[in-house]
Amino acid sequence: MAKPTPTAGVSTRAPASQRSRTAEMLQHAKAMGKTIEVAIDGSPIAVPLGTSILEAAGQLGIRIPTLCYHEDLCLAGVCRVCVVEIEGQRTLQAACSYPISSPINVKTHTSKVRRARRHIIDLLLSSHVGECYTCSRNQSCELRELAAEYGVDFFRFGHVQKPRYEIDASSHAVVRDMNKCVLCRRCIRTCIDLQEVGVLEALYRGNRSKVGTFLDRPLADVVCINCGQCINRCPTGALRANDPTDEVWDAIDDPRKHVLIQTAPSPRAAIGECFGLEPGHAVTFELNTALRRCGFDRVFDTDFSADLTIIEEGVELLLRLKRALVDGDASVALPQFTSCSPGWVKYVEHFYPERLAHLSSAKSPQQMFGALLKTYYAQINELDPRDIVTVALMPCSAKKFECNRPEMCASGHKDIDYGLTTRELAKMIHEAGIDLLKLPKSGFDDPFGTATGSGVIFGATGGVMEAALRTVVELVTGLKIEKLFDHADVIPVRGFEGIRYAELPISQIGPVPELVAHLFDNWDFLKDVTLKVGVAHGTANAKRVMEDIKAGGRFSQCHFIEFMACPGGCLGGGGQPSPTSPAIRAARA
Amino acid sequence: MLLTERERLHDELAELVTRYGRDRSSLLFILQEVQRRHYHISQYAMQVIADLLDIHPVEVHSVVSFYSFLDERPQGQFVIRLCRTITCDMAGKDHVARQLENDLGIKFGETTPDGKFSLDWANCLGMCDRGPALLVNQQVHTQVTPEKVHGILQECRQTFGVHATSDGRETRT
Ligand code: SF4
Ligand code: SF4
Ligand code: FES
Ligand code: FES
Repeated sequence: MAKPTPTAGVSTRAPASQRSRTAEMLQHAKAMGKTIEVAIDGSPIAVPLGTSILEAAGQLGIRIPTLCYHEDLCLAGVCRVCVVEIEGQRTLQAACSYPISSPINVKTHTSKVRRARRHIIDLLLSSHVGECYTCSRNQSCELRELAAEYGVDFFRFGHVQKPRYEIDASSHAVVRDMNKCVLCRRCIRTCIDLQEVGVLEALYRGNRSKVGTFLDRPLADVVCINCGQCINRCPTGALRANDPTDEVWDAIDDPRKHVLIQTAPSPRAAIGECFGLEPGHAVTFELNTALRRCGFDRVFDTDFSADLTIIEEGVELLLRLKRALVDGDASVALPQFTSCSPGWVKYVEHFYPERLAHLSSAKSPQQMFGALLKTYYAQINELDPRDIVTVALMPCSAKKFECNRPEMCASGHKDIDYGLTTRELAKMIHEAGIDLLKLPKSGFDDPFGTATGSGVIFGATGGVMEAALRTVVELVTGLKIEKLFDHADVIPVRGFEGIRYAELPISQIGPVPELVAHLFDNWDFLKDVTLKVGVAHGTANAKRVMEDIKAGGRFSQCHFIEFMACPGGCLGGGGQPSPTSPAIRAARA
Repeated sequence: MLLTERERLHDELAELVTRYGRDRSSLLFILQEVQRRHYHISQYAMQVIADLLDIHPVEVHSVVSFYSFLDERPQGQFVIRLCRTITCDMAGKDHVARQLENDLGIKFGETTPDGKFSLDWANCLGMCDRGPALLVNQQVHTQVTPEKVHGILQECRQTFGVHATSDGRETRT
């Protein structure tokens, strides 16, 4: 029970709720570090000191609406949608950021609370350019849901119609429409705290405040790595991916165009969520049928080119090792970094340009496939590459940027014409009136229909590196291994949560296989070598590893490190269905 | 900006960072000092400060754009901020404003071409009982009349040529 603190000798004019509460907490000193009994809507619950009211209510199955709160992010407490009443306190408190420190009696939906929430929502709506019909998030907007939940039936404080800001569509990946922004700052916390890239911050103050970039530059001109994590966490349509579905439809409708699509494993594991499935149900083969019905001429599996990437990266690693160990070339850039996450590649370009040589020179699976389709595939099918339109279904917004990089057209044609995210493809399927879940299954098209199985784990983190190492071990020892990490010593690295490190001793060597006989005479240089490898996902973790390398730590001794820009790897990509949370990402794996 | 000038600024900022500590909590002190010395915080300065403090440039920009007393664009050596809130308004701030604009030949929000004076609005300075009030850098003037404006500007001008400092005395006229 909150009581005003009697502060001896000092008469204070501050309202009860704002008076110092230290003395009161001491009164419950016995509870420090222990559990505290509170009551929420009459239900008692004992929670550890410091638990937020929101968490405690969640345990009781009581839902408190939130807006700025996000499970992946630190607290902001800025929107006040989650206000609740605490008996004895004059003002309402934000449930998400109120740490329980004394036995309190919380009421979550008194009339005072409901009125306050409604007012807050009314105020948010008053400066939000809501054009729900045309909004990319009209099915998944948290603001619209709140308005519905609180029965907003008119605009109490008005409703702006005229946009105040120009839409920033400069980036190939992320489009920012600040007219729909409710200043919840989730994107800021995503970019600065979760990803540690540091593109977005709140600028200016008061009614001029807005989310912006350094000097308010367009997104294409700043250090944004296009990871799209901010899109996934925005509650409104203020942030969205740069959507090429109209162009893809045009290509499909054009009879002269031969439209090819490749699908990556992660979107196949998540697209069902857009059709009402619980996270964690892959619909790969139904999706193939849906894509054919949409009008794509061929449906390919990115796993095929993932295998190519893996072989190239594996052989490149062997070549680098040979140069370092046999030729004694000290300039060889080791550890080798994976290069299939375009967000990560751009991150290195901006923040560690001196380490670019460490990146593998292999193209990403998406781009390899594109190059193959416009050359080899065109040849064997007697097609003019100019009539081929290549589309890639990816879990990723950075892939849109990657396929537009000017150097990605070695064949003389753009390797990949359009990158679609999981969300955008789901929209196309809806638009075509197809009920994905009821479709018969169908396989991938040949000649690219047979992948080895390495590629399938490409999407989960640890995938690329694991697959490439498996290839390396297979080439060198002649042995097939099913699970690499069963053979390796996975060594926990303290202070590096979410980062893996493993050592893999090469105990025997075999003959050099045909495939690489022109590159290596023998494997003697690898005898008794212990391969050291690391895996880091999320740029915040990547940064830790890069700093460790700079400082000459454990990771500087590695031979091969896999990096992915998104937390949770491709399954948590910026093009995956919203919302996202640790539980959803785990279920997709 | 010439390379040498940039280098000089870089060294100056590095020195400030050493003085206040290489920590994000030093940011405001450093920015205030840069503003005092250079009458604004340039893009380049923001980037260097971010680099030295190991934070993101956009975070520095966020702080600079938040505070009215930190400027992205060069301000005059003397920034005159006239209160426009209701009490000062009723006490005749419009006449004072007109006089300032006349004497300086600039409008509010502008800086004189010689870079000596900037005119700006302020909200309530807490001097409502003695309005109209204005600030010259950090020095408060109260009960300002159009007649007094000339004297205030003259006082500023006298410091030119010597060492113009924006450290206001805490006296009230
Ligand atoms: S896409 Fe990624 S790097 Fe770019 S602003 Fe969003 S979170 Fe930051
Ligand atoms: S852009 Fe979206 S996530 Fe960012 S502050 Fe605005 S509403 Fe929140
Ligand atoms: S959700 Fe609690 S303040 Fe925004
Ligand atoms: S109204 Fe001008 S100082 Fe308060």
